[in-house]
Amino acid sequence: MYDIGSFYEAASVEDAIRKLQEWPDAEIISGGSDVLIKIREGKLAGRSLVSIHNIAVLKGVTMEEDGTIVIGPGTSFSHITAHPLVQQHIPMLGYAVDQVGGPQIRNIGTIGGNVCNGVTSADSASSLFAYNAILELTGPEGIRQVPIQEFYTGPGKTVRRHEEVMTAIRIRRRDYEGYTGCYIKYGKRNAMEIATLGCACLVKLSRDKKVVEDMRIAYGVAAPTPVRCPETEKSVSGQAVSKALLLQTGKGVLNEVNPRTSWRASKEFRLQLVEELAKRAMAQAIRNGGGEVDA
Amino acid sequence: MGIGKSIQRVDARAKVTGQAKYTQDLMTQPMMVAKVVHSTIANGVVTGFDLDEALKVPGVIKIVTCFDVPEIDFCTPGHPWSVEAAHQDVQDRRLLNQRVRYYGDDVAAVIAEDEIAAVKAARLVKVHYEEYPALVDVADAMAEGAVAMHDNVPDNILKHTSFALGDESFDEAVKEKGLILVDQTYDTQRVQHCHIELPVSFAYQDGNGKITVTTSTQIPHIVRRVIGQALGIPWGQVRVIKPYIGGGFGNKQDVLYEPLNAFLSLQVGGRPVKLELTREETFADTRVRHAIRFHMQGAVRPDGTLVARRVEAFSNQGGYASHGHAIVANASNMIKQLYRDEKALESESYTVYTSTVAGGAMRGYGIPQGDFAAECLMDDLAAAIHMDPLAFRLKNCMEEGYKDPHNGITFYSYGLKKCIEAGKEAVHWDEKRAAYACQTGSRRRGIGMAIFCYKTGVYPISLETATCRMVLNQDGSIQLMMGATEIGQGADTVFTQMAAEVLGVTEDKVYIVSTQDTDVTPFDTGAYASRQSYVSGKAVKKTAEMMKEKILEYAAWKLKMDQQTLDIRNNMIVTAEGEELLTMEALATEALYSLERSVHITAEATSHCKENTFASGACFAEVEVDMPLGKVNVLKIINVHDSGILMNPKLAEAQVHGGMSMGLGYGLSEELMYDAKGKPLNNNLLDYKLPTAMDTPELNVEFIELQDPTGPFGNKALGEPPAIPVAPAIRNAVLQATGIGFNQLPMEPQRLVAAFKEKGLI
Repeated sequence: MYDIGSFYEAASVEDAIRKLQEWPDAEIISGGSDVLIKIREGKLAGRSLVSIHNIAVLKGVTMEEDGTIVIGPGTSFSHITAHPLVQQHIPMLGYAVDQVGGPQIRNIGTIGGNVCNGVTSADSASSLFAYNAILELTGPEGIRQVPIQEFYTGPGKTVRRHEEVMTAIRIRRRDYEGYTGCYIKYGKRNAMEIATLGCACLVKLSRDKKVVEDMRIAYGVAAPTPVRCPETEKSVSGQAVSKALLLQTGKGVLNEVNPRTSWRASKEFRLQLVEELAKRAMAQAIRNGGGEVDA
Repeated sequence: MGIGKSIQRVDARAKVTGQAKYTQDLMTQPMMVAKVVHSTIANGVVTGFDLDEALKVPGVIKIVTCFDVPEIDFCTPGHPWSVEAAHQDVQDRRLLNQRVRYYGDDVAAVIAEDEIAAVKAARLVKVHYEEYPALVDVADAMAEGAVAMHDNVPDNILKHTSFALGDESFDEAVKEKGLILVDQTYDTQRVQHCHIELPVSFAYQDGNGKITVTTSTQIPHIVRRVIGQALGIPWGQVRVIKPYIGGGFGNKQDVLYEPLNAFLSLQVGGRPVKLELTREETFADTRVRHAIRFHMQGAVRPDGTLVARRVEAFSNQGGYASHGHAIVANASNMIKQLYRDEKALESESYTVYTSTVAGGAMRGYGIPQGDFAAECLMDDLAAAIHMDPLAFRLKNCMEEGYKDPHNGITFYSYGLKKCIEAGKEAVHWDEKRAAYACQTGSRRRGIGMAIFCYKTGVYPISLETATCRMVLNQDGSIQLMMGATEIGQGADTVFTQMAAEVLGVTEDKVYIVSTQDTDVTPFDTGAYASRQSYVSGKAVKKTAEMMKEKILEYAAWKLKMDQQTLDIRNNMIVTAEGEELLTMEALATEALYSLERSVHITAEATSHCKENTFASGACFAEVEVDMPLGKVNVLKIINVHDSGILMNPKLAEAQVHGGMSMGLGYGLSEELMYDAKGKPLNNNLLDYKLPTAMDTPELNVEFIELQDPTGPFGNKALGEPPAIPVAPAIRNAVLQATGIGFNQLPMEPQRLVAAFKEKGLI
């Protein structure tokens, strides 16, 4: 039994926004895999819920005319992983969300919830950072587009306002075309896990596969919010594929992350993972793009 | 038909289809819901409550606090009661406790109309405390000036025992020239059983004043006694019903919340009240495997002779005694039994109260801890003299016919060395040890092993008694009633096979009554100590023999033949030569309805078991260590067991799989953690790293089947043993792979990375 104040099943985005304006303390619920846990723990006990679960326009993956991929925030993880557009163009994201929890959670949990929850450990977040995702928020004043790098403001905190609903996640053609990637989730076990560290790396190789023309690397749990490592990315782009380049990346990212010590893992241990996963993810991303490199 | 066959579980269909009834399924009437209010300090005293806000919650019926319970201290462990006061369990807790002894101690309880109201009110109960410093570790609790957790134990040492073997002391023995000495401390952690079904019960009072508690327990008859003791009411006034349960692993070999549940029902006029724990409460407030620290010293000759050992063991009991010193005493005894020390063995064991959750029974009962210490030391000694650890074990391990010098338990059917040999062959030990001897790089492989021994039941340390009842139905089938409990391990199936074997009938003619109801079920102390197929199995055998005698006596009368010439085979009364004379059905119908001689054929017998024997075995593990990530990947693992004749080989194999899975978690990932203030940090299944199916390698099992002369059917312990040798085998494999002996469980990544960095390996 869950201690829920009132429950409203919204028929449309506009309907949901209206209800959120009416109920200032209400929470949005979609899949419920985060919200229900918080209710049970007591953090959200007694709160009212506005459900966006049945809003059809929030579900599915499509491609716009200019090649932009649009992911409905209400799409479940398992639907994202299985979607042909995801498999063809942004497979790293499909793989990343397939690392969430277990099959039951992936069937109910949504990518929008994963992002709006605001936690640094979200499996989708580092991949979306690497793909330069743009988040569409719809509220009473209209629609705004927020680059994911500007979305997170702190642990569990985002720029989304109470009465705003995330209505789309966009990835532009220039941000995925020609790129191959690798996401590594490091957990203490192989399923039913929250990342101790997550690392997503995308590379774009030259035609002869010898040069890294562009590289993007993003982390979850390496800082209070998901982060990119722009300095390292700059220093690597344009360099020849080599083991030394991997080592350089591993050292470089250490200067751009800020993991903390908790009882779950120490800062030192997380830094070890930051360096090691950078090397491994980048090597695999290069291999996925047809390049050759010894790790 | 009969033992030794992998017949389908008798409860398989009911469990797979969801027909099997568990405690929750039996809550068919409306019930009130009880929620326990747990302390939010680890050590101190409750000085008062503010209940105003909580009582305002709609649906709240009553709030009972620690100031409202009987002033009776009671014990909880699932041990047979001792009629001698000196051997009785420690009585050190109340239904609700004013003196808070761990973070989460039960200080009050809310009874409400539904769960939401109960939970809400429990959160709103304000508790006032006088707080003392938390005593998380044994060292804290033994420190000068530490607050006594219990007034009658001022130094917090619940019990201290010692023994010595050999003509010399350890110190004298190690004066011998040329000995190699190893001195290490091995630490085992606190883990939890993680049975699927949470502790749950419901209680009500009958019209005749009897208090009935239906509960998920391994030990219904003990629960009945403890409820009587805790509430200060006659034991006969209590009735305990145990339906199917979703696992226990020893946690439900303790009386948990059943007495409080019974008490709360009485507080509302005997109306039905249910009490179900959450997973978080189950971790924080039930029982755990004791964390034990072993300071071990060993002395060995370069030729591989084990000369002397000294063991100092410190067991973290937590706030209440529960099974208490029996756990570490068991560990210390096993360390003694497993190897011969040529000159001296000295052992000191301490059980120390701390302000953490109570340690209790958990699969292996101290032996997984003791085996970790014993088997780490053996590999460390072997490494110190550059001897193959398998050869070193063969040279020093307990031999056929071994008899414990203190309790007399004897190793009758001896399969230990055969297990070692079988495992050695299965994993290609010699080739792999050689192949992995010298490695470089960041991924390294190793192979390791560990052995163990385990007694069968608790004789002669404690009482072993079991009763079985059989009733002949009118159609010739048999009703089989056991005091022994099915807890998922397959006991019902094995008892059915045993009864069929002795009676000469097929298993489909035996109906076992799975539920225990202490008002009607014969007495047995329950499922623990790997005892039931051995101890309760003897009761089945004895009862079935009596039953068969009675059936044949009636058959002889009916057929006007000499009873000695008759037998039962395949549901038929037959001659010794096998000539079929009468079906069991015809005989049973006649016996019941005969106008000339009506007999209700039944049999009931108690077996008071005064025997014991050792089971043994070995685990071999091959690992690859990914050093920069601190990950141990188990490539191959095999358990080889010497558990006598197998009653049901498929069930036996499944039993081993489950134990190995527990051993893997114990070795690599599981640990219930506390902060410095004694608050549990990871009392949930997300943060407590129980391995998932995705973390579990293929589990290989072999058996060495030898007839044990003391077992009712040549069988001996198997329930607990599979969990024992896995963690030390993995530890010793990691030692070969990396050259680092990890002396602290679990061998989890952060700990490994820190050690590899310190040694400059990464």
